[in-house]
This record gives sequence, C-alpha cells and structure tokens, in this order.
Amino acid sequence: MNRLVKKTVSNLFALKIPSRSICTGAVNVPASTVPEILNENEKKENNTISSNSVQQYDIAIVGGGMVGMALASFLAIMPMTKQLSVATIDSNPALSGSMSIKKEDPPDPRVSTVTPATISFLQDAGAWKYVWDYTGLGYARYNARDVNKDFLGCVAENKVLHSALLSCIKDSDFKNTIYPLRLNSMTLNRSSMSVVEENMSSRESSPAQGQCAKLQLSDGSSIYAKLVVGADGGKSRVRELAGFKTTGWNYSQNAIICTVEHPSENRCAWQRFLPTGPIALLPIGDNFSNIVWTMSPTESNQRKSITEEEFLKDVNSALDYGYGSRPTSSLSGTRDVFSWFKMGTTVSANESFEIPPKITKLASQRMVFPLSLRHANSYASKRVVLIGDAAHTVHPLAGQGVNLGFGDAYSLSRVIAEGIALGTDIGEVNLLKKYEAERKPANIAMMAVLESFQKAYSVDFGPFNILRAAAFHGANYIPPLKRSIISYASGEQNFPIFL
Amino acid sequence: MAFNATINAILRHCRFLNSANSTLHLTNNTRCFSHASSPSPSQSFKANDKDPHSAPSSLKDNELAKFAAISDTWWDSEGPFKPLHLMNPTRLAFIRSTLCRHFKRDPYSTRPFEGLKIVDVGCGGGILSEPLARLGATVTGVDAVEKNIKIAQLHADLDPTTSTIEYCCTTAEKLVEEGRTFDAVMALEVIEHVANPEEFCKSLAALTNPDGATVISTINRSMRAYATAIVAAEYILHWLPKGTHQWSTFLTPEELAMILHRTGINVEEMAGFVYNPLTGRWLLSDDISVNFIAFATKIQNTI
Ligand SMILES: Cc1cc2nc3c(=O)[nH]c(=O)nc-3n(C[C@H](O)[C@H](O)[C@H](O)COP(=O)(O)OP(=O)(O)OC[C@H]3O[C@@H](n4cnc5c(N)ncnc54)[C@H](O)[C@@H]3O)c2cc1C
Ligand SMILES: C[S@@+](CC[C@H](N)C(=O)[O-])C[C@H]1O[C@@H](n2cnc3c(N)ncnc32)[C@H](O)[C@@H]1O
Repeated sequence: MNRLVKKTVSNLFALKIPSRSICTGAVNVPASTVPEILNENEKKENNTISSNSVQQYDIAIVGGGMVGMALASFLAIMPMTKQLSVATIDSNPALSGSMSIKKEDPPDPRVSTVTPATISFLQDAGAWKYVWDYTGLGYARYNARDVNKDFLGCVAENKVLHSALLSCIKDSDFKNTIYPLRLNSMTLNRSSMSVVEENMSSRESSPAQGQCAKLQLSDGSSIYAKLVVGADGGKSRVRELAGFKTTGWNYSQNAIICTVEHPSENRCAWQRFLPTGPIALLPIGDNFSNIVWTMSPTESNQRKSITEEEFLKDVNSALDYGYGSRPTSSLSGTRDVFSWFKMGTTVSANESFEIPPKITKLASQRMVFPLSLRHANSYASKRVVLIGDAAHTVHPLAGQGVNLGFGDAYSLSRVIAEGIALGTDIGEVNLLKKYEAERKPANIAMMAVLESFQKAYSVDFGPFNILRAAAFHGANYIPPLKRSIISYASGEQNFPIFL
Repeated sequence: MAFNATINAILRHCRFLNSANSTLHLTNNTRCFSHASSPSPSQSFKANDKDPHSAPSSLKDNELAKFAAISDTWWDSEGPFKPLHLMNPTRLAFIRSTLCRHFKRDPYSTRPFEGLKIVDVGCGGGILSEPLARLGATVTGVDAVEKNIKIAQLHADLDPTTSTIEYCCTTAEKLVEEGRTFDAVMALEVIEHVANPEEFCKSLAALTNPDGATVISTINRSMRAYATAIVAAEYILHWLPKGTHQWSTFLTPEELAMILHRTGINVEEMAGFVYNPLTGRWLLSDDISVNFIAFATKIQNTI
C-alpha cells in the first residue's frame, strides 16, 4: 500500500517565553529554563573549571544545543580538526550530566524532522548509530518515491539527537571542555593593526592572547579562543556582542507543542492548513505523536490553559471535521478551502482520503513558542562565526530549522579543516567568509520558500483561501514542481525552483 | 650621485605618507628580529655591516619604497594586500602538495612540514611565513624593507605557533654570503620587484639544499595578465596602490624556467591561479596566463 507522507512540522526548544515578540524581548531570556523540562533525566555533575586560571582554546562554541554539539562532533572525527582544543559554554545541565534515555521514558515533546542530508552528516560523524541505539525502530519512515530516495527523513526526539551527539563526542578522544556557564560579554581585537599597535605600546600584555577573542563567563572567569562560534540559538548573545545585524519579523503567531497518545500506533505524518495556521501531527513511535499547532497568541494562551479534555477535543476537531468538510482528493476540491497538504506521490492524490488517528490522551505539558523569522545579515567576521538558529530562525512549518543548522555545522567544520590543512589562522575572516558564502544562499533560499508557504496560509479567512488551496492542489498535480519542493525540503539541492 | 638622490626622494616620500616614526630604513645594517625567548642564530647577521652603495644587485629602490609606504596595512585583509590574502590558501595548497610529495610527508598530517627549514624571501608582513610555521616548518622570513620585518615580527608574536619564526631584514644575497641553506626556498610575488631576476634566482638556488626545493610565484607578461592584474587589480578594484607592478619587469613562465635552468634549478611543476570575480576567490588551474607558481628542484648532475 502506498503510504503517504503528509508533510511534517515539529518543534523543539524549551524556552517558555510569555511574550510573543522575539525582537523586542529581552536578550537574556534564560535558556536555563531548559532544565525544567529535562530535569527527570539528569544528575547535576558539576565539574566546574577553576575560575581564576586563564584558559586558552582554539575554538569556543557558545551554546551546546543540537547545532553546537553537531559542530563539535564533526570536528572530533576529521583528521585535520580532531586535535583542536574546544571549549563549549552552555549552562544546560544536559551537557555535563550523564544523561541516559530509557525506553520507558515519555517521549520528548520536542522533536525534529531530520532530512536525509542531516542523516548523512550524522552518519559521517558516527552519531547516527547512537540515534539508532536510542530509538530502535521507533521512527517513522517516509515515502519519497518522487525523488528516488529511500526516504524523506524521519522524526527524532530532540533529546535523542542531542544525547547521540554528546555520546559521540564523549566516546572520541576529542578535547572538549564543558563550561556549565553562560557567556556574558566578549572582547574582540578586530583590527589587526590595533593589535600590533597595542602590542607595540604595551609589551606586558600577553602577546599570545593578542590573536584571541576574550570571553567573559557568568561566574566572572574568562577564557580565550582563536575562534568563537555562536551556536546560542535564536536570541544569540554572540550575535549581539559581535554586532551582527539581523533582518526579520515575528509572524505574530505562536505554536503550541505537545505530545499526545493514540489508542493504536500512528505511522503517518500529517499536516493540515487551517485558517488560523497549520496543525501538524508527527508520529514519534509507539502510540505517541507530536503536535505542532500554529495559531494567534491569544488563542494559544487560551488553549494552553483550558482543561485536557477541552484541549483534546479542539485538537481532534482541528485534525478532522472541524473547520469545514473533509477535503476531497480531486481538483474539484478547490471548494474545500481547508486543504490538506500532502507531500505524497502524485499517485497519492487519487487515493481516498484518510483520517488521522484519534487522540485520546495528552502525554506532555503544552508548550507555547512565539514564531519568528530572523536572519543575520552576515554570519562571519574576524574571530566570530554564527551557526544554527543564531544565524537564522525560520518558521517550523517545514521542519527545516535544525536541518539548516546541521548544514551550517557541517560546512563550517569542513572550512575549518581546510584552513588547518593550509596553515590558516582559523579566526581569519577570509576563511570564515567561505563558510558564509556556502551557507547563506542556501539558508536564504530555504527561508524564502518557507516564507512563501507561510504567507500563502496566514491570511484571514476569505476568498484568498480558495486560491491558496488551489495553489497547493496545483503543486500536488505538477510532479516536477512538487518534486523540487520535496528534494529541496530534504536538503539535497542548492536552489529551490522558485527562482 | 643618482643613487643617493633616489634614496633621499624615497625617504621624503615616506615621511610624507606615513607618520613620523615610520621612515624607511634601507639596509646598510642588517637588522634581525627574533623572538626574545629563543636565542637565534640571527644575531650573527649583525656583524655583517654593508655600505649601501654595494647593496646587493637584486634590490630595486623605487620598488622597495612602494612596499615601505604601505607596510602597516599588511594584515588588513581588506587593505592593499587583499589579493595576497585571497591568494594565500590557493598557493599554500600548491606548496603543501608539492612539498609533501617531494619530502615524502604525510599529506593528512596537520603539521606536515615539521622539521623542514624554509626561508621565505621577500616575506613582507609574513602572510606566507605564518601558515608555513603553523604547518610545522622552521621558518626564516627575510625582507629588504625593515618596516615590513617589524610588522611581521609583531604580528607573528601574537600567536605562540608563529612566534618561532625568525625574521631578518636582509636579502637573499646576504644570506648566501653567510652560507645559509634551507630545505625549501620560497619567493612568492617577489621576482617581479627585483632589479636583476637572474642574480636573484642564482641566490635562491644557492640557498637551496642539494635535495631541497624552490618555489617561485609571479605574474605573467601576457595581455591577459596586463588586463587582469594591472588594470583590474590596481586601478579598478583598488587592490594594490597604483604603480605596484611594472609591466616590463614581468617574466613569462618560459623565461622563468630558462633563468632557473641556467642557475641549476629545474622546474618540475607549474600551476596557474585564476581569479573568479563572482566568488572573489582564486583557484589553482593549468591556466598560467596571468599568475603562476612554479615548484623546482636542483639539477643533480654534479653528483
Ligand atoms: C515551534 C518550533 C518547532 C520547530 N520544529 C522543528 C522541526 O520540526 N524540525 C527542525 O529541524 N527544526 C525545528 N525547529 C527549529 C529548531 O528547534 C531549531 O532550529 C534548533 O533547535 C536550533 O538549534 P541551535 O542549536 O541552533 O539552537 P538552540 O537549540 O536554541 O540551542 C542554543 C543553546 O545555546 C545556549 N545558550 C543560549 N544563550 C547562551 C549564552 N549566552 N551562553 C551560553 N549558552 C547559551 C542554550 O542554553 C541552548 O542550549 C522548531 C522550532 C520551533 C520554535
Ligand atoms: C608583493 S610582496 C610579496 C610578499 C610575500 N612574499 C607574499 O607573497 O605574501 C613583495 C615583497 O618583496 C620585498 N622585496 C622586493 N625586492 C626584494 C629583494 N630584492 N630582496 C628582498 N625582498 C624584496 C618587498 O619589500 C615586499 O615586501
């Protein structure tokens, strides 16, 4: 039987931010709220480093999230980079604790749709086998016959991906020192001549640190690094301190994320476009699925506070009969304004429509995230480089956020390796610009694709909806176009077809 | 005498262009800078006092003045030496692969040049010397302009791996007189600025150990080179101050190979650099019509 892929969405990160605005929100929203959600699993094991000694590293990775740790694991395996000394700065206790994931643990409500490109990066780094170990067969397989690939990707819990990367780094002999702290401020010697001149005038300042950035940490200590990697998420402190400007806006939409339970196993991912925003259901193994539901901030706050029963009723109706009749699968379905977005095969459009399985239980708390699109105008300057959400945050619609981040980490690791092979100072801007040149067009293109999807579905109810639904039907019936969308979404093509 | 007039003109010119303390010191006294913690053999050069009138034949004073005038911009990656910064990874790729093959080094090592003694003739601010040191080589950087050497030394001191470089304000000819030899001799983008390329090549050959290697890069005397390097680089892109290159002093790859052959050196490998204006990067290619780099070894017939 021809099981469809109904396009996916998922969620992640654990910041509970009451305000809906990411632009105006304070920069110091503590990621230390993360542990609240992870707490059952970790023991605090504080191997804090003495705060007065001056420590010097080749690379300081600020932010040990999935993207930062992906970079560390890529560096750990390449012959040119594995001897580098790396410091990771993140107060998230998951980094220093020996966290173990048990099969009987409830699934992490934050999951990511990982694309084949990401999987092959993780395979290269040797991290994929850990993901495999953690999840066993509890992953969803995607049908992607249209693009002649084995599968479009799979959904994995963030907790699993993160632990897999950490285990992979631990099991290598890579020198990665973890500072369970936060970055407070940073001093960069920007102009090479000012370094020289300072050195000429004050010979007593340790010349060896002249070529390093100085990072001041939350306990008052400082470390030095030749290269600072900002992997500290959407509200990047590194980005702010280094003076990178961003372009972006909020969608004035929030997403509610939670894990739900079905009476039987769900093996299919679904996404439905509602007038208020898309709702997605992602299977995460056994009888569990993950919900990512986009809506207005008022609605999201209301839906977060209603009882479980009321919430489940809302979800079920949003996924099925609520908001209008069920879509039909023929083009006459343009009258069906609430089209399903199916990332299936062309054949799939002719199949009779399936209903997503009923949801019977809430398996996690409901988390609310504001959505925004933000892009750093530049990713690299002397001694500083941004990767992951620090460089770009996208709408979670297509589940691309973490995949773009892994792409960044992979590209940066190669550029660093090449720099070392040629004796280059790894903080040199010309080297880092190479990474930027490689990633920026890809990220912007993906952002544009997601943005056009988002735009097409965020207008209030009205005649436009019919056109939008028709547009998606259109995409469903023109195989080459759709094929490009799929192959772009799975990260193997450089440019989308919407050029 | 004409020479003194030139020197005076240069000195005046330099005072005008730079702040008071940055006058040009042409080498009537070889000056050496080396890392304080490592007592180096360079001290021995100090004894080598020379009258400027008998300065080595490869020096070309007006050329040197050009470099002195802009020496504090060596490490500004957006400054006048931007082309050298951009070309650096490309030429290092060539050097890495040819030297690894010649000296049978592990190409996957992070420090494949460990233990090799390399001299960088006309090192300028050390754009090439520093990466060579990071790749493990024991580097000596020499330049005829004292200010360049100062900048190079200060910059190298910022990083422990490059602070081991021995910088000397001297010329290839003087190193020959002192009887120094090296496993590899580099002279990148220098030969087009010297007065007598043949004499210069003779010195490079003399500095190279019998089983050593010589690497030379320069700009071609072709119409394309004229269009690309001089017109585009100097005038349009404002990479280099006007007048950095003089057309007539350029050598073609054939001329360079012939000159080297006469000095007992055989060019074994040559590659071109091509600039891609879209990416702003240089690539190694077999198109040697604009910039080229040559790897050469000593002709072994005397053994
Ligand atoms: C609702 C929602 C759904 C999403 N769904 C998907 C999906 O399905 N698929 C997908 O691929 N992506 C998805 N994303 C995007 C994805 O979550 C992000 O792209 C991804 O987490 C980025 O990882 P990162 O490592 O760059 O940043 P983060 O995961 O934000 O990690 C940043 C780290 O930096 C640390 N940090 C922050 N500031 C400091 C500081 N000053 N000092 C030290 N450390 C600091 C934090 O503690 C944290 O550990 C979704 C996002 C949202 C909001
Ligand atoms: C274009 S720069 C090249 C610098 C360096 N080799 C590089 O490629 O990065 C030329 C340098 O050669 C030096 N130079 C010119 N003639 C010289 C000579 N005869 N002996 C030593 N150095 C010389 C100049 O001072 C200048 O620093």
